[in-house]
Amino acid sequence: MTLAEFFSCSLLAFGAPLAMFSMTVANDPVRIIIMIAAAFGWLLSFLLSSVVWYAVVPLRPYLSFGLVFAIAFQEIFRYGTYRLLRKTEAGLKEISENQDIGTNKLEMAYVSGLGFGLMSGAFALVNVLADSIGPGTLGLQNGTEYFFVTSSAMTLCMILLNTFWSVIFFSGLDEKNYFKVLWVIVTHFFVSGLSLLNRRQLYAATLIPSYIILIMTCVIAFRSAGGTFKSFIQTFTRR
Amino acid sequence: MSDTGSKTEATEHTALMDGHIAEARPDREIAERIARKRKTKSESQRTYGSVDQREGRAANAPSSSAPGAGPPPLPIEPQIEELELKYGARHVIKLFVPVTLCMLVVVATISSINFYSVKDVYLAYTPFHEESPHAGTKVWNALANSMILLTVIALMTVLLIVLYKKRCYKIIHGWLILSSLMLLFLFSYLYIEEALRAYNIPMDYITLAFVMWNFGVMGMIVIHWKGPLRLQQAYLIFIAALMALVFIKYLPEWTTWAVLAVISIWDLIAVLTPNGPLRILVETAQERNEPIFPALIYSSTVMYCLVATTTAGVDSPAEPEPAREPRPRELRPLNPHATREREASRRESGGTGEAAGFDAAWQARAASGSAPGPASGSASGPAAAAGEPRRLRVDGTAPASYTTRLDRPQPPPDADEEKGVKLGLGDFIFYSVLVGKASSYGDWNTTLACFVAILIGLCLTLLLLAILKKALPALPISITFGLIFYFATRCVVKPFADALAAEQVFI
Repeated sequence: MTLAEFFSCSLLAFGAPLAMFSMTVANDPVRIIIMIAAAFGWLLSFLLSSVVWYAVVPLRPYLSFGLVFAIAFQEIFRYGTYRLLRKTEAGLKEISENQDIGTNKLEMAYVSGLGFGLMSGAFALVNVLADSIGPGTLGLQNGTEYFFVTSSAMTLCMILLNTFWSVIFFSGLDEKNYFKVLWVIVTHFFVSGLSLLNRRQLYAATLIPSYIILIMTCVIAFRSAGGTFKSFIQTFTRR
Repeated sequence: MSDTGSKTEATEHTALMDGHIAEARPDREIAERIARKRKTKSESQRTYGSVDQREGRAANAPSSSAPGAGPPPLPIEPQIEELELKYGARHVIKLFVPVTLCMLVVVATISSINFYSVKDVYLAYTPFHEESPHAGTKVWNALANSMILLTVIALMTVLLIVLYKKRCYKIIHGWLILSSLMLLFLFSYLYIEEALRAYNIPMDYITLAFVMWNFGVMGMIVIHWKGPLRLQQAYLIFIAALMALVFIKYLPEWTTWAVLAVISIWDLIAVLTPNGPLRILVETAQERNEPIFPALIYSSTVMYCLVATTTAGVDSPAEPEPAREPRPRELRPLNPHATREREASRRESGGTGEAAGFDAAWQARAASGSAPGPASGSASGPAAAAGEPRRLRVDGTAPASYTTRLDRPQPPPDADEEKGVKLGLGDFIFYSVLVGKASSYGDWNTTLACFVAILIGLCLTLLLLAILKKALPALPISITFGLIFYFATRCVVKPFADALAAEQVFI
C-alpha cells in the first residue's frame, strides 16, 4: 500500500517533467549540460537562502521570512543564468553538433527553467517520498491523509511553473518588456505565499489558485515563445 | 600528457593517465596540432575558446587586409578550433552516464543492503578506529589514518614506477590479474551473498557457483582481453562500485572524508608537478611509445592501440616481432557499432590494476576478517596496497606483451567518431564513495546535492581538459565541490528543507 502511494506520488510530481526531459532534453548533450548547470544554480540559490535562514536564529520558526529570501535568491540566480547563457551562446554553438542550437532564443530558457524546476521539486519532495515507502499510515493520529498527494501536486505545479517562469523571464529581458519579469516575480511570491496556508490544510485554497496561475503562466510562456492558438491546434492535427 | 615536445604530441593518444581524464585522438588531429603548436603560442592560446577572436579571424580571413599574421595559417585555424571545441558536449555526456550509473549502484546498495553501512571490522591501514566520543580525538584519528593510507599509496605508486621502469611487465601483469581475480570472484560473491540475505532470497550453492563462475570468467575476459564495449564498460562500472562499497564499509566515518580530501590533493600533486609519480609514469610510457594501462581506465570508445610501425623495442625484448604480426590481423574491434576499418587492440590488463591494489586490501580484510580488530600484517606482503584505487590506477600498467601491435591504418576514420574520452576507474570509485557516504546518512537532499556538485565538477574538469589539452586530475574539482556541498547541505540546507517540507511550504 505504501509502495503504491510512493509510486503514485512520485509519478504525479515527476511524471510530466520527466516526459518533458526525455522528449526534449535527453538526446541533446548541450541541453543536458545546461539543465544540470541550471540545477546547480538553483542549488546555490537554495544554499544561500538556507544560510540566511539559519543565521537569523530567532526568526527560524517563521518560514515566511526564509521564504522571502529563498524567492529573492532564486530570481537573482535566474537572472544570473540569463546573463550567463546570453554570453556563452556562441560558445554553446561550437561545442554542440546540433547547429540549430542557438536558433530559438528561448530554447535555453526552457531547458534552464526545467533544470531549476526539477531541482526545486526534487529538494521539496524526495525526502517526503522516501518516508512514504516506510511503514506508517497518514492521518491516523493527526494531520491529514492527503499530505503526500497534495505535496506531490504542489511539486508538479512548482516544477512546471519554474519552467514557464524562465521562459517568460528570459523573453521579458530580451524584449525589455519588464511586465513579464514582474509577472514572474509577483506570481512566484503569490504562489509561495499561498502555500503558507498549507499548514492549516486549506488545500483547496492553495492548489486551485496555484493551478490557475500555472495555466495562465503557461499561456503567457507559450505566447512569448511564439506560439499561437493556431499552432497549438496544429500540434494535435499535424502528423 | 606532458608537453615535452612534438614527439609527445605524436603519441598523445597514448598519453592517458590512469585516474585522469585525457582524450583519445586520431593521428590526423595530432599532426594538425603539431602544426598548430608551431605557430606562436600566444596565437593558439588566444584563439582557443574565444569566440570573438575566432569570428574576428574568420571575418578577417576573407578580407584582404588581414592583420600581420600570415594568411595561410588563418583559414585552418577556425576549423581546427571548431574541431577542438566540438569535443565538448557529447563526450561530457559520455562520462556523465557511467559516473551516474556507478553512483546509482552504490546508493541503491547502501540504501537497501544494511551490510555496507555496518561498521564491524576495519582495514589494517586505519588503525585508529575513532571510538572516542571527543571530536578532537576523532579528528586526529581521521588525519592519522588518512596519512597512513596516503603513505601506503605513495609507496605503492613509487614501487609501480620502479617496476615499470625496469620493465618488469610480467610482475605487474601477474599482480593485476591476481587482483582482478579477487575482485571479480571474492568480492562479487560477498556482494551477492549480502544482497540475497537482505532480500531474503534462498539460493543453493550450486546455482551460486554457476552464476559466480560465469560472471567472474566473463569479467576477466572482457576486462583483460576483448569483448563488447558495453559489456566491458558495465563490468568496469560494477567493479568500481564494488570498490567504493568496500571503502564505505571499511573506513571509519571521519576517516572517509579525510581520505577523500587527502586523495584529491595527492592527485593534484602527482599529476601536475614535474616530479609527480604519475607524470613520470606517463612520460616513461611516452618515451617507450607504449600505451598506458588502457584497462584501468573507463573509455567511451573502443581503445585503439596505435604503435609506430617500428615495433621493435616496445615489447619485452624477448618477443620476436614476427611472432606478433599475426595478432593484429585477427583482431577486430568487437564493438558492433564500430564503423572504422581500423583493427583495434583490445584492452589490456588495465582493469586488473584496480583489482591489483584491492588485492592487498582484500587480503588485509580477509586477514582481519578472521581476527576482528586490527589485523596482523596483511598477508602477502606489504606490497599489498591499501585498497587504494589510486595506487591501483597507477599500477595498472598494461604490459606491452598484451598489446596488440598495429600497423598504422591507412585512412583514418572520421575525426569526430574517434574522439573518445577516458576517465580512470579510481575517479569513479571516489566519486561513488562520496555520494554513497552522503546517502548512508539517510538524507536524500544531501545525496542529490553531492551528485549534482560532482557532475558539475566533472563538467568543469572536462572543460579544462578541452582547453589545456593535457592529462588532468579528475578528482580535485569534483571532490572539492562534493565535500563543500555535502557539509553545507547537511548542516544548513537540510533543516531548512525539512522545515519547508513539513509545513508543505513551497518556494
